[in-house]
Amino acid sequence: MIHPIPSGTRDVLPDETREVRAITDALRGVFERHGYGELYTPALEYESVLARADMAEAKPAYRVFDESGAALVLRSDMTVPIARVVATRYPTEEPPLRFCYLAHCYRGVRPQRGQPRELLQAGIELIGAPAPQGTAEALGVLCAALDTVGLEGYRIGLGDASLFPSLMAGVDVPEQSRPRLLEALANRDFVGLEEELSGLGLAAQDMELLLEVPQRRGGPEVLADSVGVVASAVANMREVHELLTPEVAERVIFDLGLVRSIGYYTGAVFEVYDPALGAPIGGGGRYDELLGRFGRPLPAVGFALGVDRLHIALMGEERGTGASL
Amino acid sequence: MTSAANGSPDAAGGSLGATSGSPGPTNGLTIAVPRGALFNQTVELLSGLGLDTAELRSNDRKLLFEDIGVITMRPSDVPTYVESGAADIGITGKDVLLEQAAQRGGEGGREVYELLDLGYGRCTMVLASKAGPDPAAEALRRLGVMRVATKYPRIAERYLEETGRQAEIVEVKGSVELAPLTGMVEAIVDLTATGTTLREHDLIVREEIVECTARLIANPVAHKLRAREIDKLLERLRAA
Repeated sequence: MIHPIPSGTRDVLPDETREVRAITDALRGVFERHGYGELYTPALEYESVLARADMAEAKPAYRVFDESGAALVLRSDMTVPIARVVATRYPTEEPPLRFCYLAHCYRGVRPQRGQPRELLQAGIELIGAPAPQGTAEALGVLCAALDTVGLEGYRIGLGDASLFPSLMAGVDVPEQSRPRLLEALANRDFVGLEEELSGLGLAAQDMELLLEVPQRRGGPEVLADSVGVVASAVANMREVHELLTPEVAERVIFDLGLVRSIGYYTGAVFEVYDPALGAPIGGGGRYDELLGRFGRPLPAVGFALGVDRLHIALMGEERGTGASL
Repeated sequence: MTSAANGSPDAAGGSLGATSGSPGPTNGLTIAVPRGALFNQTVELLSGLGLDTAELRSNDRKLLFEDIGVITMRPSDVPTYVESGAADIGITGKDVLLEQAAQRGGEGGREVYELLDLGYGRCTMVLASKAGPDPAAEALRRLGVMRVATKYPRIAERYLEETGRQAEIVEVKGSVELAPLTGMVEAIVDLTATGTTLREHDLIVREEIVECTARLIANPVAHKLRAREIDKLLERLRAA
């Protein structure tokens, strides 16, 4: 008899579980060695509680009602539940606080695209450690984790969530046009960005700036001739970079156009790329305003790795073949 | 094994696959090329960059041209191959990208960069119906809903929703013109370049929805790890 399970979910059988377990054990070991204590939180939470966070596109997709009619959701990430835990369970603890997790999260999918509804994430949250030191620590843990599981070809894209907004403000893009420009950039649509910009009647050099700056990515040279309006975001990136150990620093690709789809990021943002996989393996960033929404305002930074994507990339590297030809 | 980690960020690309690192006009990038209406001009463009396209032109059964880093497929498959990383960059129509875009701005759109409007393959997505008094308008007035046949159900649905009209979208795979002629629907949403096919079937354009041209797209990881190669190519395409 064949009994179906929802698309985007799957059973993990012993052969695969053994391999996944080796990865998660290694990750857990690295996190613990760096002082990050593992925690569990419920997969189901009150919708009204998680809704305090600005999740933008990653907001919870599954909703059920409990016996009393209260709306519950399946969590879509671990960062927001951990913000809740910190405010609730550690209201007076002296920061910084360090947590790690290996947990399933739940996302909506588009049919027939092979997207997971249920994904296993491994990550850390560093609460109460401001930029740039906190960011540098998180990036150090990230690289240590990837090195320990044996991923070799990875790079870390490093950007700043405040960069494009300050660029728009700096050249006086009308307030009401800014969300559309940011949306084009978040959709990775540079043609659309140019179309939106050409309707705004901006000076030619300002338009050029808004188009050209977010396409800059590469080594430290992309920060070199940074223009005034993005100076502070670029300075942030440089400060973080200076605090990294050489092994971590050489993994970094500066990316002035990096935008994450989750809304709560405020400063540094980053993503993990590997030539063996066509999609980012994970990512993270600073969310200095999220904890405040839960009543314990503390600066924070964290990242999450997709364990399945990491597994695929490791296998790709092992076979010496990327996803590419 | 990859060696990207040992180099400078710019050297990151050297290890993406078997064809990478090979010199040549595409700098070792794998390009997804659309068969069909955009094929000839795309091949012209690649020739102009110095790519040896002789076999690409002569052998229309072959799919994989490894020595020049080209794979060929139908246009609507290009975003799929590019998103997965099987191709680093690709060329396809804006109509394809719009049809596969996220429905209401939310998630679900193709995770690819749209880097450049290549300008060719220009055509228009239109709403058309039979000549004479507009049967779609009549259906909307008297029945409250219009039936619309299309190969682009998402574009059609989005457009009709945005313009505040109730519509029943009927997806067809073949000649859309047949649907209004048989009375199955009152209107169609389809792509037209010259309008000849529409005229031949006594259909007239009622509304123009969007102009579509060929676009250059890139895989999001290749866009970072092979930034230099992709930017070089972009520069040459912009100058072309």
